[in-house]
Amino acid sequence: MKPVIVTKGITKTYQPDTIPVHALRGVDLTIKEGEFVAIVGPSGSGKTTLLNIIGGLDRPSEGYIEVGGKDISALSDNALIDFRRDNIGFVFQAYNLIPVLTALENVEFVMLLQKLPKDQRHKRALELLHAVGLDDKISKRPIELSGGQQQRVAVARALASKPAFVLADEPTANLDSVSTGQLLDIMANLNREEQMTFVFSTHDQRVIDRAHRIITLEDGKIISDQLGHG
Amino acid sequence: MLLSLAWRNIWRNKRRTLITAASVLFAVLFSSVMQSIQRGTWDHMVDNVVNYYYGYIQVQGKKFWDDRSIDEVIDRQTLLEQVPDRIKEDYPLVPRLESFALASGGNRTQGALMIGIDAAKEDQLTGLKGRISQGDYWESSPEGILVGEGLAQNFKIGVGDTLIFLSQGYHGVNAVGEYPVRGLIHFASPDLSKTMVYLHLTDAQQFYGTGDQVTSVVVGLKDKDEVSTLVNTLRSDLDTSQYAVKDWQQMMPELMQAKEMDTASANVILIILYIIISFGILGTILMMTKDRQYELGVLLSIGMRRMQLFGMMWMEVIMIGMLGVGLGFLISVPLVKYLSLHPFQMSGEYAQAYEKFGAEPIIPPAFDWGIFSWQVLFVFIITSLLALYPFWVIRKMRPVEAMRQ
Ligand SMILES: Nc1ncnc2c1ncn2[C@@H]1O[C@H](COP(=O)(O)OP(=O)(O)OP(=O)(O)O)[C@@H](O)[C@H]1O
Ligand SMILES: [Mg+2]
Repeated sequence: MKPVIVTKGITKTYQPDTIPVHALRGVDLTIKEGEFVAIVGPSGSGKTTLLNIIGGLDRPSEGYIEVGGKDISALSDNALIDFRRDNIGFVFQAYNLIPVLTALENVEFVMLLQKLPKDQRHKRALELLHAVGLDDKISKRPIELSGGQQQRVAVARALASKPAFVLADEPTANLDSVSTGQLLDIMANLNREEQMTFVFSTHDQRVIDRAHRIITLEDGKIISDQLGHG
Repeated sequence: MLLSLAWRNIWRNKRRTLITAASVLFAVLFSSVMQSIQRGTWDHMVDNVVNYYYGYIQVQGKKFWDDRSIDEVIDRQTLLEQVPDRIKEDYPLVPRLESFALASGGNRTQGALMIGIDAAKEDQLTGLKGRISQGDYWESSPEGILVGEGLAQNFKIGVGDTLIFLSQGYHGVNAVGEYPVRGLIHFASPDLSKTMVYLHLTDAQQFYGTGDQVTSVVVGLKDKDEVSTLVNTLRSDLDTSQYAVKDWQQMMPELMQAKEMDTASANVILIILYIIISFGILGTILMMTKDRQYELGVLLSIGMRRMQLFGMMWMEVIMIGMLGVGLGFLISVPLVKYLSLHPFQMSGEYAQAYEKFGAEPIIPPAFDWGIFSWQVLFVFIITSLLALYPFWVIRKMRPVEAMRQ
């Protein structure tokens, strides 16, 4: 399988002028197509920082990063935004969705930004909402959905643009165990059936147990990288 | 969808949107009604003076306007030869011979403006006949004079009584004449009412000894918009070393100046009003931008370009502004229309001020779509400029920071 994410010697230092915080201290990482990766580690170990850099939301202080074979550090602002739109699916911890749009419209939104024709958008959005088990909620606004349902819509949206991989920073942090289980089932299914690559951070042991590969960060460094039980 | 997204976004905070739109509504209502009243009042006043007396354009002897001397008369035939046929055909040319004279009757003497007119043409131009309150417009007899009601009152005379007039005539000759009063004329302006005396042009020419000459010719046109082209044509065709072509604005500089000052001070009020409203709108924009930091960060993360984000927020601001304008029109358009059809009467000091300029003391607001479209433009410009604030925020926004809440 070809690599979708390659990082070499990534460091990230916050507030380099005053009291520097070394959030990442040299991270070398390769993630291949079809992997189902959990990034774990204590609070403050640099999980979010790493995901943000991989996702092109933040730039590293030092080091090399390649996504889908492309050096994203060289991209201009608009090119980077378009790159994210077309290649990366994001699921954040909460409040992923546009409150004034229905579930269906939220999923269609990224495809709208990609200027896909209306019927194509509609069809794919329906398929994705079906895949996350929300056929009966397509015209509901986020506020009418439970936290777990909202996260499932977010997963559907993340997949809408047919990205190279999905990044999810603690996607289950605000969910009860039932919803957590459902979301993981959906993600695992998509991973298995469509070879979609997932990279997610978590503190939750039940989530860690489902991962195929577990990368542990501590103090801005990878201290272990092993196969999971999932 | 961006449009519908923007539209839905403004209703996320109904109260804020409605309050902001209401402030715009108020500004639009206030300024369109105020401007309509103001424009209407001045137009009315100017129209009064123009229609009752000056006309929109006069051709006079070169120095007549400044000197007011009967010696500055012009020969009507010579003038007419120079006027292009087109103008002669399309517009009545109304001759006048006017100068000051002393009127005397009983043991009273006072100044009067004695104007020789072509009765038919003058009526066509100023509707003089319709303002006769007593007596007739020379129908029963061609002799005699028409005087303002105020003047008749001063002399305690009526139709059938006579007045004696004294003046300096052409090239210093003595002008003396005795005329019976044929009719009384009503003037809105007390000043005019106390001084105006009309007589047949031929009588006036005889009185002043000018022969077939006049002091001015009024070009009778009804449409204000034609004035400047006509004035230009006349100025290029007439011998300007001999004639002066005056338009209505030149003939009433005080009125024009008063109008300008009034308009300027009203504009200051409107500008202050709009500045206050602008701060309100800006406050809403600040809140809109701040409340939605996280969401804007998400949108930027998932691939919405900054210009698209800005476009969305810009539309939201414009929509709120235009909502206010639209609601403002819903009230102000029918209101102004109604008031323009049912002008209200003024009283007291204001009434006197208007009468001083020769106008009837009523306020007829002008109904002019221009006033309303100006509001649209103004609100659009203000909101567009204020909506640059989100642009500034979005331009520098970093998704990671926007989402750290
Ligand atoms: N914008 C920032 N400015 C300064 N320091 C920061 C900033 N963002 C993160 N940090 C610091 O960098 C370090 C790594 O933070 P990060 O958020 O990546 O950790 P994390 O592993 O995601 O923690 P958690 O499990 O609590 O989410 C922490 O010490 C944090 O305080
Ligand atoms: Mg984190």
